[in-house]
Amino acid sequence: MAHFITRNFGKYDVFSIDSYLSIGGFSSLKKALKMDKEDIASLITKAGVKGRGGAEYPMGRKWSQARQVTRPHHCVVCNADEGETCTFKDRELITQDPFNLIEAIIIAGWAVDAEDGYIYMREEYAHLCPRLINAIEQARQRGFLGKNILGSGFNYDIHLYSGAGAYVCGEGTALIRSIEGKAGRPRMKPPFMKQSGLFTRPTCLNNVESLSIVPHLLHDAAPYLAQGTENSIGTKLISVGGNVNKPGVFEIPFGTTIRQIIYDLAGGIQENRSIRLIQFGGASGKIADDSVLDLPYTYEDFAAHNLIIGSGSILVIDERMSVIDFLRATQDFFLHESCGQCVPCREGNRQIKFFLDKIKAGTQTQEDIETMLTFAKVMPLSSLCGLGETAQNALQSAIKVFPEVFGLMPKAQGEQA
Amino acid sequence: MEEMINLTINNLPVTVKKGTKIMEAARKLHIDIPHLCYHPDQAIKARCRLCSVEVVGKKRLLAACATECWEGMQVYTDTKIVRDTQKGILQLIMADHEENCLTCPRNGNCDLQDLCSRFNILRPHLPHVSKPLPKLCDNPSLVSDPEKCVKCGRCIRACKDIQGIEALGFSQRSINLSVGTAYKDGFLKTDCILCGQCTVVCPVGALVEKDDTDKVMQALLDPEKVVIVQTAPSIRVTLGDAFGLPDASIVTGKMVTALKMMGFNKVFDTNYGADMTITEEAHEFVERFKKKDCLPMFTSCCPGWVNFVEKHYPDLKEHLSSAKSPMSMFSAILKSEYAQRIGKKPSEIYSVAIMPCIAKKYERQRPQLQRNGVYDTDAVLTTRELIKMIKSIGIEFDKLPAGKFDDPMGDSTGAGAIFGATGGVMEAALRTADDWLAQKPLSEIEYKTVRGMDNGIKEATLEIAGQTIKIAVVQTLKYARIVLDKVRSGQCDYDFVEVMACPGGCIGGGGQPVTSTRHTEKERINSLYAIDRTSKFRKSHENPYLIELYKNYLDDIGSKKAHELLHTSFEKQPRWYDEALKKQEK
Amino acid sequence: MFEDVSNFKLTKELTAKLDAVLNAHGNDSTQIVDILLDAQDLIEQHYIPKIVAGYIAEHLPTKLSVIYDCITFYDKLSDRPRGKYPIEVCNSIACRVNDSDFLLQTLTKLLNIKPGEITYDGRFTIELTDCFGACDRAPAVRINKVVYGPLRSEEEIKKMLEKML
Repeated sequence: MAHFITRNFGKYDVFSIDSYLSIGGFSSLKKALKMDKEDIASLITKAGVKGRGGAEYPMGRKWSQARQVTRPHHCVVCNADEGETCTFKDRELITQDPFNLIEAIIIAGWAVDAEDGYIYMREEYAHLCPRLINAIEQARQRGFLGKNILGSGFNYDIHLYSGAGAYVCGEGTALIRSIEGKAGRPRMKPPFMKQSGLFTRPTCLNNVESLSIVPHLLHDAAPYLAQGTENSIGTKLISVGGNVNKPGVFEIPFGTTIRQIIYDLAGGIQENRSIRLIQFGGASGKIADDSVLDLPYTYEDFAAHNLIIGSGSILVIDERMSVIDFLRATQDFFLHESCGQCVPCREGNRQIKFFLDKIKAGTQTQEDIETMLTFAKVMPLSSLCGLGETAQNALQSAIKVFPEVFGLMPKAQGEQA
Repeated sequence: MEEMINLTINNLPVTVKKGTKIMEAARKLHIDIPHLCYHPDQAIKARCRLCSVEVVGKKRLLAACATECWEGMQVYTDTKIVRDTQKGILQLIMADHEENCLTCPRNGNCDLQDLCSRFNILRPHLPHVSKPLPKLCDNPSLVSDPEKCVKCGRCIRACKDIQGIEALGFSQRSINLSVGTAYKDGFLKTDCILCGQCTVVCPVGALVEKDDTDKVMQALLDPEKVVIVQTAPSIRVTLGDAFGLPDASIVTGKMVTALKMMGFNKVFDTNYGADMTITEEAHEFVERFKKKDCLPMFTSCCPGWVNFVEKHYPDLKEHLSSAKSPMSMFSAILKSEYAQRIGKKPSEIYSVAIMPCIAKKYERQRPQLQRNGVYDTDAVLTTRELIKMIKSIGIEFDKLPAGKFDDPMGDSTGAGAIFGATGGVMEAALRTADDWLAQKPLSEIEYKTVRGMDNGIKEATLEIAGQTIKIAVVQTLKYARIVLDKVRSGQCDYDFVEVMACPGGCIGGGGQPVTSTRHTEKERINSLYAIDRTSKFRKSHENPYLIELYKNYLDDIGSKKAHELLHTSFEKQPRWYDEALKKQEK
Repeated sequence: MFEDVSNFKLTKELTAKLDAVLNAHGNDSTQIVDILLDAQDLIEQHYIPKIVAGYIAEHLPTKLSVIYDCITFYDKLSDRPRGKYPIEVCNSIACRVNDSDFLLQTLTKLLNIKPGEITYDGRFTIELTDCFGACDRAPAVRINKVVYGPLRSEEEIKKMLEKML
């Protein structure tokens, strides 16, 4: 376990700005206001922070580009629509360190020349709204928000918007549509968010965890830079769930093995059963079997094994559930959550569900399998947004890891999937 | 100098302006990339994904409708992966599409059908998943059949971007996604004003006009009925499009011949009605202008616009001219003066109007437009329905000789002809009103500032006989709303405003062929002005047959009798929640 | 057209509260999702009656079609009556592998309703919902913004329900 992004957890009263100030709160903002803005982006780049919502875009570069957009009225949007299944790390950041998030959003605003910041929070976390509203209000009272913040000449405010239960709103363009007062259906890119996002303003969109790192980096980046591997610097907040004994959120240095995560941190598998599969990075993530247990949790090792870190969730499924039942459940999820506007995603999910049901019932034909594989390929190639692009990640990786389930390996035919 | 971009599509080089999308660049090479949601006049939706193409260096396929070309871009529209993807998407659409092609109003004229034939989709490939859904036909104009809907969203864009109405929208998500009105309510209860722009852009048979061709066919076959047809000004420049003639060809003569072959007893011209409307409306304007009474006065010949005022701005309905539309004036005379002349009872005459408009079907059955229980107009057919009937009867339209309208209601002026174009009603009215205000015939009769479809609101200030008249010409309701809001807040200084609900006026009407685009509409406008230029009379009040009608039957312009027959009134049209909220308040 | 607008009485009291919600959001139509969520909370059956949607459309520069789209698009907005305590049972994989089936069956048995149904007294509905981020408390339910879990035994489930009495 590491304690970098979680170092404030439990250290202060989350409803009191005085308490936060007493542990050094807002000192990073004060520091930032005196820094060259590009240096802030460079620091993030040096720390190698990649977007923690799942897209893994280099965050320092994002900020640097955001500031350089010449169109006026920049804004910052904090994506707190943590919708990937088995992902609840942002929940902990908001629960245990709301002031740090607010501080981070102010720093982001300063660093990208924004006029205001928006937090888009999933309705499922509505119970956490009071502590964010409180933090914003107290920050405003103490002059950390509003006009001429801390005498810097910087004017900035934060608005809190709620989602209402739509996974697709985690996608950037859907999220901004939701804030704009519409149903959250994604739109095509370009225009890109940095050029024309929320209310057609240049928009810098970051995940809660990505933002939350920044005040800690500004405070003292050294402990972060000292951890992890060459290509995956620092630490990562992960959420582990499923058939483990101690599900929860853990901060780990990059490079920790999956075995350590599952067996040491999360207490191992319930009743010592064996692992059927592990899904990394939420419903849109890929799956593996227990052969990856000794894989270090890093971007590079994951990429080499056709896996993604994604949202940082690890879902462990034990032997009691079959691969095909898992895939059907995942498919149900996407069938429910697809926005439905583009054909490959809306209809592709529906058709693939049919084929998976057929496999479950054992009535599939070779042609069915081929058709399913075609659509599993067509969907990511041609869907409008990231949801359709990644909805078949689980299926596609299952085809590679568990080919026998689809009768793709003769010896495994007829075996229980 | 505009920046030019060089790229290749299927290894063929092409140079396009910066900002051009792959779809349009391909068209330059005469390659038609398959598409459903794309429409040249609409904002990019990139929703159907049928236009997915391969671009070298990109992992995913890109939507040709949405992707701008870049220098050195290499596009492939014909690789295996592209074909598999496009065909796969088409199969997915078909799996959710009610395949009653043979009984579909768009059979033979359907984008989806064309694509299936292009991709050789001969049998259902995937399990069929479409569910039976109820049709929505609560009104005389518009029918929605959600089973046919492919959720491309073109209708939503037309409703919102052209009209600003937003009666149609998406709802639900994933496989339950649907397109329609809020709460699936009937159109009459919603914000819809029945303009029919959605029916022009719908690629399939999900939104269509209410079909009245059978009704008309029955009347034609009924020996007891004298079936008389009138044709609106714009039909003669749009009808030919569907029969392989060059876009916007003037086909007046062929149209008359076809109608006669179909068995209509008399073929008359709505332009004659337009001359009547102008005469009455110009008279009304001159009176109101002198008294400064309820200005600006708005034209009221466009039924979509009238519905809009009655539903969305009922407080301003007194600003509408009380003059009936050309169709309704014509029909009123048909069932009074003309009936008398040929010795028939009004109920023995079956009056059919060919209109570019589906809202005319609603206008037809307004209670104000009947006398003694007999509607003045018995049926309204859109251009599209007329095309269908001509084809149904088996007439080779493009080869027909030119016929002539019957007397006396077949003769009209150039002023009547330009009614079909935005600015035309205003120009026609001015030709008459100006003569009257100046109390002499004026020779300058072309008001070019009110012409053209590039601006939503065209303004002009005229000096006539020492008086200043401020006029405006508005096309589409998105712009009409701006003017009405100004009137509401007392900031509008116009005296006379023409409003047409559809882009370009009636030539872009909701009943025009589905191939209509802004481009073809411009050509249609040119054709109408060409008709005007070659007309013998170009001012409505100089129509000799009209002068005769006033002399022999109507007493005078604006007379009591003229008012009885040629003027109407307007009523508030409530939406469901206007009514429900009022009821709850009590 | 599935709902008769006259079934729901838009009282003076409710319109006053709706006005307060609209005001609190500055009559800002971009805040429609928050407005609808707040409006839904005002109504005991936790839904947006059609007439309320009409009322909001009348008072905002937003079209009813947009409001209807939002109500039907977002899971947490409902266009039909729900229980006073809508029980959202997590149907996502982390809860499923922790025997949310048992939880669901027990709820079904105890309340004598199926998912989507409402108890005779209007008190409860059972709804299946996607992951609400309480996988560390799987299997979990969420009722009026509060998470309950893990609920592994009939005892625990009964105890949870008793809190709603």
